[in-house]
Amino acid sequence: MLSLRRIYAILLRHLYLLRHSFSRWIDLLYWPTVDLLLWGFITLYLKGGDFLGSVNLASLFLGALILWNILIRAQQGLAVGFLEDIWARNLLHLFVSPLTVLEYISGLILYSLFKATLASAIMSLLSCLLFKFNFLSQGFFIFYLTFALIFFAWSIGLFTLALILYFGQEAEILAWALALLFLPFSAVFYPLSALPPLFQKIATFVPTSYIFEAFRNLLLQGVLLKNLLIKGYLLTLLYLLLSVLAFTLSFRIAKKEGKLIKIGE
Amino acid sequence: MNPLLEVTGITKQFGCKTVLKEISFKLYPGEILGIIGPNGAGKSTLLYILLGIITPDRGQIFYFGESLSERRSAILREVGFASHYVSLPYSLTVWENLKVFCHLYGVKDSNNRIRELLKLFRLETKEKALTRTLSSGEMMRLNLIRAFLAKPKVLLLDEPTAGLDPEYVKYVGKILKEEAKTQGLSIILTSHQLGELEKMINKILLLEEGNLLSYGKTEEVFKQFGVTNLEELYFKVFGHALT
Repeated sequence: MLSLRRIYAILLRHLYLLRHSFSRWIDLLYWPTVDLLLWGFITLYLKGGDFLGSVNLASLFLGALILWNILIRAQQGLAVGFLEDIWARNLLHLFVSPLTVLEYISGLILYSLFKATLASAIMSLLSCLLFKFNFLSQGFFIFYLTFALIFFAWSIGLFTLALILYFGQEAEILAWALALLFLPFSAVFYPLSALPPLFQKIATFVPTSYIFEAFRNLLLQGVLLKNLLIKGYLLTLLYLLLSVLAFTLSFRIAKKEGKLIKIGE
Repeated sequence: MNPLLEVTGITKQFGCKTVLKEISFKLYPGEILGIIGPNGAGKSTLLYILLGIITPDRGQIFYFGESLSERRSAILREVGFASHYVSLPYSLTVWENLKVFCHLYGVKDSNNRIRELLKLFRLETKEKALTRTLSSGEMMRLNLIRAFLAKPKVLLLDEPTAGLDPEYVKYVGKILKEEAKTQGLSIILTSHQLGELEKMINKILLLEEGNLLSYGKTEEVFKQFGVTNLEELYFKVFGHALT
């Protein structure tokens, strides 16, 4: 049975770490702010040139940017949280305690939610104040899209963990790089039709492509296309399942080969 | 009396190297077992297998009559661990680290328990210090506090006196013996400080290249090898490795 207390312990461990680390706060607050300002001003520039006529450019770009940042923060919260325990050589201490793997992952997931919520709150506030774009203006629908992205972020995060456990710290760059691999195929800032045919085919296997297409439709037509949302969720669920399997297998191999002791050395 | 820990036929291979071969032993309440062997004998691997963090290829481990592989989480609430080789996260304070582990082990009245142990291991002035600022001896004492937090029934210690000043080696030894005697705490430990180890242990497990050479009460093992102390035993059994 899952212990909420042990899950809280993992969250607490990472919040304590954050409390003492200026650089981690910078990482959490600085990049989303810079991203938002950059894209916000680009949007203003393009709007001034009337590049897309009456289309609400600020909403399209800034909304997509906030959603993408939620995905990145949620994925990194999980993957980098795990790396923090590797760097501190804390995995040994954690896994000789009553903590179960599921509780550990749940703790990291909570931490990743905290990071994603904080980053998106800051970005939403800034976009509202500086660029008059209200991220929540689409009401509850925006949460359907957000949750799908968060679930996909966790599946990427878990798969990253599996690779790091299997290949060791050599694979730690994936904690930052793996999610970006999906960026071109996700059609975050442009419609799917803008992609070359081969990329469009690849995009059919990427859940975020459906989610961002649904987001654009929501903004431009005011309608949330359920078929896109369902496809996005089903693919996300499939990837989440595969990631859980990959992580379980990798953790079992790590215990068999004694990697949990050596990783981080 | 039922054993607190029963190990039967533990075998472990890494690649083609056998690091532990058919290891079996029992540990009863209040016993302190010293695992003796040269580097590479398999001492740490055995400890990690007993903690469930390395899976053995064969064999079974029972704590309190229950299988570790089936009841891992419940069992590990009663098993403490400290190692000289692994410190707690440097970026947290002493208090924060202990607080996290109190939650992990479900320690009740955790603030008082932490204060009590900080006092016992003479770290009360370091409560707010970042762990990275501790000396190696203080770090080891912090690890020992972490091991004692949940009032364990079994304690597994990897080189618990390494890095400690001589007065603390004696002091920690005294605490361990007292806990074993008064609380029935069972301890398994490895150490290269044979003189101090001999004062603590009442059972010996001799390991060489993963093979169990001997296991039993200290005096029985001494008698078996015709020696009178641990150092003599060590050099008689493992001395050939030096020549």
